[in-house]
Parts: sequence; C-alpha cells; structure tokens
Amino acid sequence: MNPILTVAGKEFRDDFRNRWTVALTILFALLALGIAWFGSAASGKVGFTSFDATLASLTTLGAFVIPLIGLLIAYDAIVGERDDGTLLLMLSYPLARGQLVAGKFLGHCGALAAATLAGFGLAVAIMQLMQPPAQTLQAWLHIGRFILSASLLGACFVGLACLISVQTVDKSRAAGLALIGWLISVVLFDLALLALLVVSGGNPVERAVYPYLLLFNPVDVFRLVNLTALGDGAGNDLLTGMTAHHTYSPLLLYLVMLAWATAPFAWAMLAFRRKEV
Amino acid sequence: MNHAIEFEALAKRYGTLAALDGVSACVPRGQVIGLLGHNGAGKSTLIKLILGLIAPSGGRLAVLGQSPWRAHALRRCIGYLPESATFYASLSGRELLDYLARLKQAPRGQAQALLERVGLAHAADRRIGTYSKGMRQRLGLAQALLGSPELVLLDEPTTGLDPQATRELYRIVGELRADGRCVLVSSHLLAELEPHIDGALILRQGQLLAAGSLDALSEQAALPAQVLLRPREYAMPELIARLETGGLSAQPRADGRLELQVPRASKLRMLRELLTDPAVVDLDVREPTLAQLYDWLGAGDRSTAEVAA
Repeated sequence: MNPILTVAGKEFRDDFRNRWTVALTILFALLALGIAWFGSAASGKVGFTSFDATLASLTTLGAFVIPLIGLLIAYDAIVGERDDGTLLLMLSYPLARGQLVAGKFLGHCGALAAATLAGFGLAVAIMQLMQPPAQTLQAWLHIGRFILSASLLGACFVGLACLISVQTVDKSRAAGLALIGWLISVVLFDLALLALLVVSGGNPVERAVYPYLLLFNPVDVFRLVNLTALGDGAGNDLLTGMTAHHTYSPLLLYLVMLAWATAPFAWAMLAFRRKEV
Repeated sequence: MNHAIEFEALAKRYGTLAALDGVSACVPRGQVIGLLGHNGAGKSTLIKLILGLIAPSGGRLAVLGQSPWRAHALRRCIGYLPESATFYASLSGRELLDYLARLKQAPRGQAQALLERVGLAHAADRRIGTYSKGMRQRLGLAQALLGSPELVLLDEPTTGLDPQATRELYRIVGELRADGRCVLVSSHLLAELEPHIDGALILRQGQLLAAGSLDALSEQAALPAQVLLRPREYAMPELIARLETGGLSAQPRADGRLELQVPRASKLRMLRELLTDPAVVDLDVREPTLAQLYDWLGAGDRSTAEVAA
C-alpha cells in the first residue's frame, strides 16, 4: 500500500482512538441542535425556527470553532513525534519526508471531515425527524454544502498546523503559534478589514477591492460560501451587506478554499524536506 | 559490492563545527562491527548519514552499493534501532509492528514471528505505554528486523537492559551474523560489546582513530597482557625481586595480589615460568580489552589514556 495512505490510516485511527473524532461528532451535533432550538431565544421565542436561520448561525459559530479544532488536532503532527523521539524512527523507514507530512495531513483532515459529516448529518436527521416542515431536499443540499465547506476550512487549518509543526522545535511553541494563527485569521483579520473600511469611509476603490480582500482569509471564504447561498436575511448582515453588490461564483469560492487548503500544507512538505534532523 | 558500507573522506559539517571530518572505512557484509566513541565523537552523525537522513558535506558514501541520501527505497534493506527507542505509547506492540511492517512492505505475518523471536508474544496486545524499558528495547529490535534487512544499525542497544536481556539481544545479533547480515552496533559499554563483535570503527571528535578486525587492531597496538599473581605470603618480596631481574616490574595490589604487564612477545614464556614457580599460588591472565585498546588509541579520556600507557 502507498506509504501516504498507511500513515494517513494510522493518524485517522489514532484520532478515533484518542476520542477526538467521537468528541467532535458530539460537539457538532449538540451545537447544531442547540442553535436550531435555542438560536432565536434572543427574539423571545424558543423552538425550531427555520432551517436556513439555523445554518446561518452555525456558519458564524463554525467560523470560530472549526479553525481552532483543525489547529488543535494537528499542531503536534511532526513536532510531537520529535518530542516523543519517534521522528527519527519514522524517517528511517522507506518513506519520503513529504509522504510523512502528507499522510498526517490527510489522516487528520479525514478525521475532521468524518466528525463534521457524522455530527451535522446526525443533527439534520434529528431536525427533520422532529420538524416535518424541514424535510426538504434543499435542506440536505444546504447542509451538504456546509459540511463540504467546513471540511475544507478544517483542512486549511490542519495544513497551517502541519506547517507550524514542521517549523517549530517543541510542542509548547507549536501550540502557542497555533493559537496566534487562530487569533489572526479568525479575529484580527476581520477587525483589520473593518478598521480599513472605517478609516477609508467606503470610497469606491475600497468598495471595489473589499470583496477580493475577503478571499485572503479562508474563514471569510467559508462564510461567503454559506451565507451568499442562503441569501438575504440569513444573518451576518455586515458581511452580506458589504458584498451585496458583488456576486461571487461558487466555483471560484471553492477553488479559493481548495487553494487555501493546499498552500500551507505544500509549504510544510517543502520545508520538512529541507529540515535538518 | 563486497562491502555493506563504504565511505571515503566522508565529512559532515554543521556551520563551522565538523561532526565528521574526512573519515574513510569499509564495513564488510556478514560481520558485526562496533562503532565506538564518546558522546560527540560523530557516531550518531555517521548513523544518520548511513540512513540517508542528512546529506554529507563532502566525500563519498555508499550503503549496499548506493548513495543513501534521500534514497528512501534503500531504507527497505536497512533496519534501525534508535538510541533509547520510544514508540507510540497508545498502540499495542502488535499494532506498532503491523503499522511499521506495512511501511516497510514486509511480508504479512512477519510481525508475529518477530514478536515471538524477541520474546514479546505474551505482551503483544498490551499498550506499549505499559512496557518496561527492556520490553521496549526488544520491541525496537523486532521492528529493526522487519523486512529482513541486509544491514542492521543498533544505536546503544543495551542501555538500560538487564544482563539477561543483554544476552538475549546479542544472541539475536549472533543469529543475524550467521544469516550473513551486517550489523553495526554503537556502544559505550566496551567490555560488554567486545565478545560479540568482529571489528570496530573507533571515532574521536569526528575523526576515525582506527578501523579493522579486533585481532588486527590489538596486533597493531601490541598492548601487554595483564597477569595477576597470588604469591605465598612469605615468598612475596623474593618473588618481586626475581621478577625484577627478569625485567618485569610487579605492582602489589590492595587485595594482596601482584600485577604484571607482560609484553605480547614474551607472554607464553613468562607464563610457563610462573606456572612452575612454587611461590605462585594462583594466576589470572587478562588479555588487553577493547577498553584498553580504546585508551591506547587516545579515544578515551586523556588521563585514563596516560594511566594505561
């Protein structure tokens, strides 16, 4: 069997064995169900409102949680083996260094995607069971898109985690860098864009450039993929308001996400090839 | 391709520091070779070069007839036991070997056979985290033998092993030799290593001090044999005087015995005389050890080298 798949299979099983996969599945299912029934509590009613509103809230929440999980699941992929003293052993086996990184990346991405599919799939099944009006094909299409884009978003951050893991000398530094990476992409990037917008006062150049600036952050691309598809009134008015006059092609958005999923990971492979052990 | 490993003017520099500075030697197939030297002598660097994990800064290196740098297919023919090996603690011994066997494309079922060979069959399904140091080391040996490698590198394999486990390890090393494999063992424990190796590579500060078979090395060093005598108490002064006239200085030891350094050339003649000497009650001959050879070559600590000389 291909060594990449052998390593990926081992990492996937390890995530399962460490209860990562099960814990994430439960977390995702509870988040989805919680939002479905209590998401509109602020407006004074408790109970299932609409599927699209649920998905919009899930998107906002997912944009925070999924990058963090992607980073946590993989930040020690390489540096952890170095700390535990198993890295030299692995490298003495007949596999190229890039193959080791690729196997770890695919294994963790697979585990995260499986948890996303199982958790959100389960939640939607429960919603449909309890709310006959929500039993539409469109609901499944939307949640399918959500699961796909969430898995891609996870992959972006698993790739970033692999890059951090290759470049750091010990686990604690890798964990610190991972948290900084999360803070920048999830919080600071959007704040910076907002500041830019406030300072420039939304002049025409700014308005023309802004939709493209969003593509520089996979978290924003993830929001765009889901929110633009849901249409108006689904929530996150700031984002949709600013980009209302700009139509994104869904294909472009997916391609950008794919690029974001592969770029840090490819960088990690190259960096690891050059690393002295 | 008579040699398992050949290197010529091999060098590895890290910045200005030379970890290996132009060493040349050959390691023949079918032999057990000791790789000796203190910490920082360049043993680990040499092992990493042989595994192809780092690129040489200069010189030529051929492992099983190929340059090993980034030749990952070549590593299917090499087994490696890292120093103080650690493994994934959450896997069982069997799971680890199955995983590594797939990576090495070793035949199915070999993992089980190896677990039995190193005496771990009873613990195969326990988590590695629960293994003792000795069991982990045996598991490490088992994984090094996956895929029946031509060349086996053992880095400090006996650190932390009890004498029983050490004997077991060298029994397996002996089986590998009988099987025609080449085994390179790095160690600090010279006395323990000595009976099990055919030759040695001795490194100091990145330089090769000596290489070759143990016989050739001791021949070259011409170290004296050490003879310990237990004289009859009243005969002691007389015996010392007699030995003095024969050109040997006897050092009395704390345990009441006399210590003689007998040159190789006159060893047998001296022993014959001593055996018939009525003043001698008991006699013990110690051949020069690898440790003494090592000191003589200057690989050891300066002070111990001077004492030996």
